[in-house]
Amino acid sequence: MDHESVVTLAKGLTMAIGGIGPALAIGRLVAKAMEAIGRNPEATDKLFVPMLLGAAFAEAIAIYALVVVFTLK
Amino acid sequence: MHIPTLAPEVIFHIGRFPVTNTMVNVWLAIVVFFIIGLILRKRLAIKPGKMQNFMEYFLEIMLGYFDQVTGDRKKTMRFLPIAGSVFFFILLSNWLGLLPGTGSITIGQNMLLRPANTDLNLTVAMALVSVIGSHLYGLFTVGIFTHLNKFVQIGTLIKSLTKGPVAIFTAVVEMVVGVIEMISEVAKVLSLSLRLFGNIFAGEVLISVLSSLMGIIVPTPFMLLELLVGLIQAGVFAMLTLVYLTVMTTAPHGSEEHR
Repeated sequence: MDHESVVTLAKGLTMAIGGIGPALAIGRLVAKAMEAIGRNPEATDKLFVPMLLGAAFAEAIAIYALVVVFTLK
Repeated sequence: MHIPTLAPEVIFHIGRFPVTNTMVNVWLAIVVFFIIGLILRKRLAIKPGKMQNFMEYFLEIMLGYFDQVTGDRKKTMRFLPIAGSVFFFILLSNWLGLLPGTGSITIGQNMLLRPANTDLNLTVAMALVSVIGSHLYGLFTVGIFTHLNKFVQIGTLIKSLTKGPVAIFTAVVEMVVGVIEMISEVAKVLSLSLRLFGNIFAGEVLISVLSSLMGIIVPTPFMLLELLVGLIQAGVFAMLTLVYLTVMTTAPHGSEEHR
């Protein structure tokens, strides 16, 4: 394989593998939040902001992978 | 299709000092803040007008959130100027990047305006200020020796020498933990700066790609998403800054009555 195709492959793999963890994390986070809201609908306001914060932290891991993808040349 | 490059583009030079397009946006944000601040200061009254009321509303919300982190109104008031201005500055510079004209007005080959936080230099600078600032506050609040003892735990080791072999072993383990703490301080700067940079830069790339696919309607929901991302990332940065400041100015748990 020449250099360019290796880089393209590496970019795709970085994004694909790096996306798995955050995707699972966000899914689990939101599922738990939904469960909690289902059990106690009055807690929606209290849950929403911490849930968004947690999702932002989980998403940041995927963003790191994205930054690495952009730096690959 | 024009995808923004990782490094900001240099537009012109002042002397030998290169001025990049992200810097234009930063100064735009600063000027807007300055004007709002001056107007607000001039019209400050005990019976608040419309604008003062609006700002006081935001301040009340912010104080509520900050109190949850610090657990003490006095500490909140002490750190509000740092964390609060970090929040508003990041928020404004993120949202300025979504105005029409960003990326479409060009000078030569380069765009004139580019969201400020798509420049790693700015986010690293802010992260350094918040982490080093938290250390300085820690040094002056809990005392130089107590603060340094969190990282190089010689004090704990000396105290443990009189207390038998188990205490000495614990102190040695704590010294190793101190080294890990030092590494985590560097990691703080990295994660803080890369999180903000990555989120805003990814949003910029996403919108560029989508507008090249179809210029109308399609990018709109993603721009709304970017509004939310800008708010959340500003909140995360400010909250983490506040957490670092709070943790550093709190004396280590049980350091006085360590047996």
